[in-house]
Formats: sequence, C-alpha cells, structure tokens
Amino acid sequence: MTTTPLIRVENLTKHFPITRGIIVQKEVGAVQAVDDISFEIIQGETLGLVGESGCGKSTTGRTLLQLHKPTSGKVFYKDIELSTASNAVMREMRRNIQIIFQDPYASLNPRMTVGSIVAEPLEIHNIGTAAERQERVKELLELVSLNPHFINRYPHEFSGGQRQRIGVARALALQPDFIVCDEPISALDVSIQAQVVNLLEELQEEFGLTYLFIAHDLSMVRHISDRVAVMYLGKIVELAARDELYENPLHPYTQALLSAVPIPDPVLERKRKRVILEGDVPSPANPPSGCRFHTRCPIAEAVCKEEHPEWREAVEGHWVACHLAK
Amino acid sequence: MTADKKLEKLKNAKKIGESRSPMQDAMREFRRSKIAVGGMIVVVFVAILAIFAPVFSPYGFEVQNLRNNRAKPMEGYDITETYAEEKCHWYETPLEWGCTVFIAGSDALGRDLFSRIVYGTRVSLAVALAAASVSLMIGLIYGTVSGYAGGNVDNLMMRLVDFLYAIPLLPIIILMTVYFNAVSRQGSESPLMIWLIGLDKAAGGLLFVFIAIGALNWLGMARLARGQVLSYKEKEFVEAARALGAENGHIIFKHLIPNVLGPLLIAESMAIPGYIFLEAVLSFIGLGVTPPTPSWGAMINEGYSGLRSNPHLVLFPGFALSTLTLAFNFMGDGLRDAFDTRLRGRN
Repeated sequence: MTTTPLIRVENLTKHFPITRGIIVQKEVGAVQAVDDISFEIIQGETLGLVGESGCGKSTTGRTLLQLHKPTSGKVFYKDIELSTASNAVMREMRRNIQIIFQDPYASLNPRMTVGSIVAEPLEIHNIGTAAERQERVKELLELVSLNPHFINRYPHEFSGGQRQRIGVARALALQPDFIVCDEPISALDVSIQAQVVNLLEELQEEFGLTYLFIAHDLSMVRHISDRVAVMYLGKIVELAARDELYENPLHPYTQALLSAVPIPDPVLERKRKRVILEGDVPSPANPPSGCRFHTRCPIAEAVCKEEHPEWREAVEGHWVACHLAK
Repeated sequence: MTADKKLEKLKNAKKIGESRSPMQDAMREFRRSKIAVGGMIVVVFVAILAIFAPVFSPYGFEVQNLRNNRAKPMEGYDITETYAEEKCHWYETPLEWGCTVFIAGSDALGRDLFSRIVYGTRVSLAVALAAASVSLMIGLIYGTVSGYAGGNVDNLMMRLVDFLYAIPLLPIIILMTVYFNAVSRQGSESPLMIWLIGLDKAAGGLLFVFIAIGALNWLGMARLARGQVLSYKEKEFVEAARALGAENGHIIFKHLIPNVLGPLLIAESMAIPGYIFLEAVLSFIGLGVTPPTPSWGAMINEGYSGLRSNPHLVLFPGFALSTLTLAFNFMGDGLRDAFDTRLRGRN
C-alpha cells in the first residue's frame, strides 16, 4: 500500500446557523456539527469513522464532498483544493469522488427506472451515446450482482439490499477513486449487511477504491477498515490503525465505546467490564468548554474543563486528543 | 387445473424485465374504484358531447323562433301528421313552425334547450381545461422556483402570494369586466385593447372568466408545489444528483417536477368542479359568456325568474351542472386515492 494521501482534510469546520426572527433573521447561535478536524485518507485504504448519532459523522462526509459548504478549513483531493474550487472544477472533481447513502429508500428517485438512475451520472457528464450508456448500465448492474434485465424496473420493486446495490452501481458509474460510504449498511437487515460489505470489499480490490466508511457498528468497522477514527460531538478524539485502536484504545470515550461491544463467547462475555457513561451527549449548539468529553468522562480532571486537549501522536500512527491519555 | 393449463399460465406469467411503473400501479388502483371510474365515464361522455356538439344537438344553439317560446319538455308545437310528413325535415329546417319537438323544452326566445345544454358543455369544459392548465403552469413554476431557491427569495415570493390571497379578487374582476365590456362595445384605438378584444372573441367571450379563475387559483397550487418541493429537495436522491455534479435545471426537471406533478394534478382535478361552478356563478351574475353563447350558469339565470311556471328551464341545466361537477369530484377522489401511496401502505 502506498502512503500518499488521496484526501487531506485540514481544520475542517461546519457550523449550521440557528436563526430567529420572521422577516429579518438574526443569527443567534450555531450548531457546531463538525469543529476543526484534520485527517488524511491514504490511497487504497478504508478509513472507518465511528461515533454515536448526531456526532457529526455524516456532516463530515458531506462537507468533504462539498455537499455542504464548509464554514472554514480545507479539503484536498490529491493536490486540488475542493473547498475553494470553482463550480466547473468541482463538477469535474465529482467524477472522482462519490457517495453511497444510508437510506436505500430515500436515495433513489421513485419515478425513475433503475436504468435511468444508474445512467444519470453518465448523462450529467455527457458520456457516450444512449446505446453506449445502456450497455454501461448493464455492465454496472452485473458488477453489483443485479440482473441486467432489471433495467426497466422501478425502485419500489426491489428489496433494501438490492436498492443499496443500485446506489452502489450509480456511485461507480463515473469510475471514481474515492467513495464516502455514509452508513451504507445501517438501514439493512443483518443478513444483507454482510452481502453489501463484501460487495464493497470486492469492488475495492477490483478498482483500487478508497473509502471513508461511516458507521456506528463497531464490529463492522473493525471488519472493513484499515484505520479507524472516533468522533465525539464534532471532534475527532482518536485515530489509529484498526488493531491498534481496538486493542489499545487511549481515549476514555473510545474505551467506553469498545467496552459496549458484545463478545460472542459467553464465558468472556460474563467477565466483560462495561464502562457506562453517565448523562447524555451535550447539545452541539452549546458544547462544553475545554475537552468536549469532560462532562461524561470517568477520569476527567480540572485541566479538562479549561483547555482544549491537543491533537497529538501518542504512539506512532496513533493520534489522540486527551490531556490524560499516555 | 390441468397440467396444460398450468403450463400456459406459466408462459403468460410476467417475464423478467417487465415491470409496472408507479403510474401503472396508480391506474390499476384507480380502476378498482367503481365510483371514480363512473365519474370518469361521465367526464369522457361530456367531452365527447362537447367535441361533437353539432352532431348531438338537434338544432343550433342560437336558432330561435319566438312563436315556440317556453315550450314544455317533449312538447311539439302544432304537429299535424300530414304537415310533418310532407314538409318537415327537422335536421334541415330548424324550428320551422309545426315541425319541432323540443326534447327538453325551449327557452324564452324559443331556442331548443337541449341543444343549448349540449353546446354549454363546451363552455364548461373549456373553462375546466383552461383554468386547470393555467393555474397548474403558473403554480408549478412559481412554487417550484420559490421552494427550490429557499431563503429570502422563498420568503419574498410567498409573502407576495399571501398578499394576493388577501385581496378580494372577485370585485376587481367584476370591475375589469364591466370596463372591458364597455370599451369593447365602443371600440378602441389602443393596440392593447384591440388585442384584448381579439383575444376575447377567440375565447368566445370567456377571456375574463379565464383570467378570473386563473388569478384566483394559481395561488393555492403555488403553495402546494412549494411545500412538495421543500420536502423533496431534502431527499437523498436529490443530494445524490448534486454529488454527481447535476445542475439546478437537471434537478428541477428530472427529480423535483416529476415528483411534485402528481399531487398537483390531483389537486387540480379536485379543483375543477370549483372552476366550472365559478364560471356558472360569473355567468349567473352576468359576467361570463356573451350571449348567445350558451353557458349553464347563464341558462339557470335566465330561467329562474320563471321557476314556478317553467321549472324545466332551471332543472335541466342545473342537472347537467351538478352531474358534471359531481363526476369531476368523484374522479378527483379516485385519483387522490390511487396516487396517495400512503393509503395503500406501500412505500
């Protein structure tokens, strides 16, 4: 595996303004969905992004694709800065970076046939004639193990897993090299989840794809990722190679998360000690001072309340944002 | 079932690749509702009447014979058999003395009521079609733009709609019509008025009815379209299109309008009875069609002063009016049920 970063994110911040007023809208605050995060994704790897609901995982993915304009910070694809790219450049860039959505029911237009859904990217970028597109669509459907005869069917005739495959085929149509998988399996049955994950892995091998894999299922992330980043309340708190992170978590939040994963062995499972966090996630519109986790942290000290923890490399390749972690 | 039959059935079964679109699904659902299909049959029948009005009506709508005025239904004046056989060809010599049988009677000017009702379908359907398409077009474009643009543009556009909603348009339409009719009688020099008068003639004196109904009804359609667009533009398939690099035009025409159009069409089909009724109201108070063009509303107006002695002058056009509006209502209900997939418990 090469180590050149394909995607570089620097101090990315996304705040959604909260406005008040009927005619003249006044900004009274902001939801700090993503706050000052930096990471790199290396060519060919899968970076897992985990965290509980509402911690800004999806916003990170979408801001990275410029579906939301970032409040500040930079996103680079190779050496091209996406956050300031013109519309024309961005349009070209979209051929390289794609997204697969969480909800396979909402992500396909119910009034379009499967053929026209998968052909849509080709149409938007004026690739090929109608006949060539049709051929390409059939290829793509076969690639994701769907019957190419389904081309004239409508999304409502498919199961969730099949729909998700259609979404994958659409994302692959432009031959991208980076795909944001925004919880692609969360809405699926467990039996179907494995199919889709295996499909994603096969495609990665075949086309050398790079993934940002967003999920909240820790075992699934462990299965598919090369490196894993943990988010809490708009911040990345820990980032390390998969095994390093799962075996040697440094941040107390990561430790709490991992302690919640059940072990498929009754003897071990009985001995498993859970770190139970108290309280709820604070509102991202009004995050705690200092370390954002200090309100729920079992080992918090005075310093945590006052100072932002530094984003530092504790062990080689193992980054953490905690005052107390060694 | 024999083996042969089973085999036959298997052969005829749905092949892979054959499929039903959401539209086909809806039509299947629609056909299940008897009352909706009944309504549609009536509407189609009335449409045929309107298109082939000269074939179905025994006489012209404007032909009058004052000696035959206020004939009762099925009453023939002075038909002596010999006279009728020798000289009467009713289809050639309309309203000739002694040759006529009035199926639905005749009005105060001796015009055949049945013929006038048949021709009246033209006005009602023209109003229904024109008003529906005008309000649909304006409402769809205005609402889609407003909803898609969002923010301050949306705010401004919707406040304009609120403003127009608050103005009682009917009195303004009445004033405009009175003024316009006065000018068109006098003749005018201004090119705009000449153009308007020409347009009014082409529309059979219905121009202001169209304007009135269009102006009153696109507002509701715009609100509906905006609401639909607001919900659809947040859907993931729109976001997927944006992630693919689609431009606004593509998103609006490929993704939003096809999804918004369904509910709007249903709303239109439910609003059509109102349009027909509004035309009848305007004609009833003398602001609709110019005589002698027959309109059901105008016919009811003419007849109701003699309601006791000649009830048929009100009953027949009234029956026609209520039948058509009911038919449209039933059809609209059926369409709503067919397209509102939530009622079917399906995604």
